[in-house]
Amino acid sequence: MDAQQWVVEMKGIVKTFPGVIANDNITFQLRRGEIHALLGENGAGKTTLMNVLYGLYRPDKGEIRVNGKPVSFGSPQDAIALRIGMIHQHFMLVQAMDVLENIVLGLKSNKVVVDKVSAAKRISELSGTYGMKVDPHSYIWQLSVGEQQRVEILKAVYREAEILILDEPTAVLTPSEAKDLFRILHKMKEEGKSIVYISHKLDEVMEISDRISVLRQGEVVSDIPKAETSKLELARMMVGRDVVFRLSKSSTKIGQPILEVSEVYALNDRKVNALNKVSFLVREGEILGVAGVSGNGQRELADIIMGIRKVTSGRVTICGVDVTNDSPRARAELGVGFIPEDRVGVGLVMRLPILNNAIMKRYRDFSRGPLLDYNAASEYAARIIKEFDVKTPDMHYPTKTLSGGNLQKLILARELAMGPRLLVASQPTRGLDVGATEEIRSKLLEERSSGRGVLLISEDLDEILSLSDRIAVMFEGEIMGIVEAENARLEDIGMMMAGSKRMGA
Amino acid sequence: MSLLDLTLITGVLAMTVRMATPLIYGTIGETFTERAGVLNLGIEGMMLMGASVGFLVGYQSSSLWLGMGAAALTGVLLGLIMAFLTVSVGAQQHVAGLGLTIASSGLSFYIYRISVSNVGGVAPHMLPFTTIPIPYLSQIPILGDVLFNQYALVYIGLILVPISAFILFRTRFGLSLRAVGENPDAAATAGINVFQTRYVCLVVAGVLSAVGGAWLSLAEAGMFLPGLTQGRGWVCIALVVFANWSPMKVLAGAILFGGIDALQLSLQGVGWNIPYQLFLMLPYVLTILALIAVSRRARAPAALLLSYKRED
Amino acid sequence: MTVEKRLLPSQRLNIAAPVVSTLVALLISAIPIYGGGVNPLIGYVELLHGALGDKLALTETFVMFAPLLLCGLSVALAFTCKFWNIGAEGQLYCGALFASFFAVYATSVPSFIAIPVMLVVGFLGGAGWAIIPAILKVKLKVDDVVTTLLGNWVMTYAVAAILFGPWKDPVTGWPESPVISSTTKLPILIPGSRFHLGIVLALLVAVAFYVIIRKTKWGFELLGIGGNQTASYAAGINVSRDFIFAAIVSGGIAGLAGVGQLAGILFHMTTDISPGFGYTGVVIAMVGGLSPIGVVLASFLMAVVVQGTQAMHRATGVPWALAETIQGIILLCLLVGVFFTKYRLRRGT
Repeated sequence: MDAQQWVVEMKGIVKTFPGVIANDNITFQLRRGEIHALLGENGAGKTTLMNVLYGLYRPDKGEIRVNGKPVSFGSPQDAIALRIGMIHQHFMLVQAMDVLENIVLGLKSNKVVVDKVSAAKRISELSGTYGMKVDPHSYIWQLSVGEQQRVEILKAVYREAEILILDEPTAVLTPSEAKDLFRILHKMKEEGKSIVYISHKLDEVMEISDRISVLRQGEVVSDIPKAETSKLELARMMVGRDVVFRLSKSSTKIGQPILEVSEVYALNDRKVNALNKVSFLVREGEILGVAGVSGNGQRELADIIMGIRKVTSGRVTICGVDVTNDSPRARAELGVGFIPEDRVGVGLVMRLPILNNAIMKRYRDFSRGPLLDYNAASEYAARIIKEFDVKTPDMHYPTKTLSGGNLQKLILARELAMGPRLLVASQPTRGLDVGATEEIRSKLLEERSSGRGVLLISEDLDEILSLSDRIAVMFEGEIMGIVEAENARLEDIGMMMAGSKRMGA
Repeated sequence: MSLLDLTLITGVLAMTVRMATPLIYGTIGETFTERAGVLNLGIEGMMLMGASVGFLVGYQSSSLWLGMGAAALTGVLLGLIMAFLTVSVGAQQHVAGLGLTIASSGLSFYIYRISVSNVGGVAPHMLPFTTIPIPYLSQIPILGDVLFNQYALVYIGLILVPISAFILFRTRFGLSLRAVGENPDAAATAGINVFQTRYVCLVVAGVLSAVGGAWLSLAEAGMFLPGLTQGRGWVCIALVVFANWSPMKVLAGAILFGGIDALQLSLQGVGWNIPYQLFLMLPYVLTILALIAVSRRARAPAALLLSYKRED
Repeated sequence: MTVEKRLLPSQRLNIAAPVVSTLVALLISAIPIYGGGVNPLIGYVELLHGALGDKLALTETFVMFAPLLLCGLSVALAFTCKFWNIGAEGQLYCGALFASFFAVYATSVPSFIAIPVMLVVGFLGGAGWAIIPAILKVKLKVDDVVTTLLGNWVMTYAVAAILFGPWKDPVTGWPESPVISSTTKLPILIPGSRFHLGIVLALLVAVAFYVIIRKTKWGFELLGIGGNQTASYAAGINVSRDFIFAAIVSGGIAGLAGVGQLAGILFHMTTDISPGFGYTGVVIAMVGGLSPIGVVLASFLMAVVVQGTQAMHRATGVPWALAETIQGIILLCLLVGVFFTKYRLRRGT
């Protein structure tokens, strides 16, 4: 195809972050009036690539052309000026203001007064053109997530965007809202807009796109018209590995169920259903891996087991005791260890000394009456810090002096040294280097061999495949299926992760 | 004199409007800063400094308006200091405000004392502003005296309210300001300069608070003494919440609180036996009750008290 | 110029910050002193002399030290778990008020019972006043800065209402209560001065604060809550219970400050039991970095400033309002100083 007809061309894009090559020599071409999907797992580099296009990141290498002309973006304002709009996963909306004000916010103009009348008119026109019903005067907090997303789209369209980037737009939508979205996107396509659609969901990608670029680990695996491929093939390209390295796992004796989750429903922070009739159990001596692209309810699942989020219905039973909606303390006392997804926000008190965090779960054991025996506690802390290889010159230093890997090891030390009967590990190796990753994974296996139960929630499929005895796949808050790891087929797991298959538990 | 005497009622109402004036100035200023996400506890100090500097300059120059101008400039300076501390340095807002108030409170009386050394036993006095009756309108019975036979600054204060409402809700600046106070990240993404917006708001608040304070010394009392403000700065903090961060409601609240003040002073004259302190307490109690009522639906600007880009 | 976050906290910087800030503040304060027509050097010499120069000065400084220390401790404890208690002033008054109800009528109770009871009553008075904003915060998420602040005014007006009303001194007509029973007066420990038992008690409370923060389970939990409430809750700490308990103790300590003033210096309840000790307590807590030793040192510093400024006033005529000014400037300088412990400035972008 002639180069001049590409509305966006990104050539040889390289973008690295400390320790990670997010985009490795990527070439991406967008034609006018097409819906082009960027398909891949988390960490494949899709969002990074589009953040480069939107001016949020500067690429280390590579060239970007818009409508044939080379461009360089200093900030999103530059991209917006070139008619590029991006709708992020996390909306940038002011809840307390109404739709009109959010759309008009920050628009350059000479007028002091906001012309609400003509803005409302233009908004109504645009929403009519694209079939997006939105009342310019409703407040954002009154809108459903789908409607809020439409406001974000309107923001871009109001600024005359011709190129629209949507990042995992249906991650926060219900199925019918997703249908509405597709209708809107089709209308935009008819109006000549070009759309980049980032997603990990196969069904959607097959439904909405004209062309699909599959990214894997920072590289483009293929760039292919929809007509020439199939769900199966895409799944394989998205998830396929040459060799799956499985750590040698000894066989263990599987014991009693330690954790039982029964028909649990829960809401996320936006008051939308995040968990839908989730049921599974974890037994002593096994690792149950929960696979799935992040954003499909994993965080909420960990929260309800940890006790920092309430379930709206269903039951959580630990060691035979019903702990549904009990405090985190109750669960800790039953012998549950947690490695939370948000290490800094939920897992540690960064300002305090490493010592304090190390003993945060066991400090009551070192107290006589009201007093805390810091000597005994320090001995214990020093011991577990050494045992878990948390590298620090002095455990009295504030915890925030630790590197990412050591933060995680500290959390591990704190939780595992208690000898928990159940360990819930949520994204335990995210963002860590290879060495730390291996250390943590072997610790998880150790727990398993000691007869403990482990619930491993991870978006790293490698990790799930190599560590788990059984694998549960989550998609949109539901368990799509639970399979034995040994016999699992990659394509099946890929398709469950992408929402297009269910398998018997 | 019975309470139902018409002159008494008119007098009380007119006093109400006057007592409400410094509250209006201070609270409107505070509304702006809080809407932008900054809690300005320095307002009491700004008022005192405005009162002190305003009076001193006015007294030395025998010009009331020059005094007002000096007070306004003082307000600019204090606003800049507060902005520097809370926005650029990212200090905890209530601590910074408290420090500024403590320093300003002391300084306001200090500079007064050193400028006005020993004038025998009599504190320096100035002829306060005179009222400016508005032609025709001031002839209306009762209402004429209450609303249209007032001082220049009262008129300005009354006009300030709808102007502020207009700025806040109808202009681009107001829109940006509110976005900064609700979701600074979203505002920054939209291209708004969060720091700049907050600086502007604090300077405006400084000017308004200082002028409000100068009103007390130049128009009401005609002199300066410690405790002149009687904690009105703090009442403004309360009033912002009570008025749910809305300028028009600020007017209503200021009239209410001003009325309580006026009533309390008048009752002293009439000889009621209720301790007047209970009246003085009332604005604060009402505000705490209002806070409790409002708590169910948190309506404070979402980013209030959170420092932007200067995390812990 | 850009602002860059420091990666490694420096112990040196953390100690240097309050010291340097105080010195800078004193330098800045030299300006108003000079403006008052006094040579700042002479002024500061008089200040130091007036606060520390002889036995009388020193004992008076300690008299000032006691309520400041208690208020500083009260606020520091609260701030440790992020209970923004700006209401120490009101809690002080409440404590003094309730203590005076007991003390005025306890004429037949012997000292060794009366004084401890009075202390307990004062503690409970302050605690009771502090518990209201704390519960509002925990149950209804009402902002504690505003409620504690407004509470000060409610309480001081309530006290005034009582003292101008039913409890007015019938003889003089002043708004002060009758004199408290001699059995409740705190004994003078250094004859010829006003150095009273309350000062020693304040130091004991400081020791208790040290023990609480450094040695107890509860202190450990408070540190966690102040550092990261969510993580502490997730780790099994009972945040609500600890928070309310902190409010009780914080308010109680401020109440004790009130008792000290009542029974050690003034001997009857008045409307100005405290010239703003509660607010200075906030300054002290911040300058002292919320640490036990820091609070003690900062309280002593403030006592020196307050006492010394009085002496400076008598010697040089510099207005007494300087004391408050210096306090405020110290706090403001400290805030800038704290910034430099967390960030550094770099040239360029």
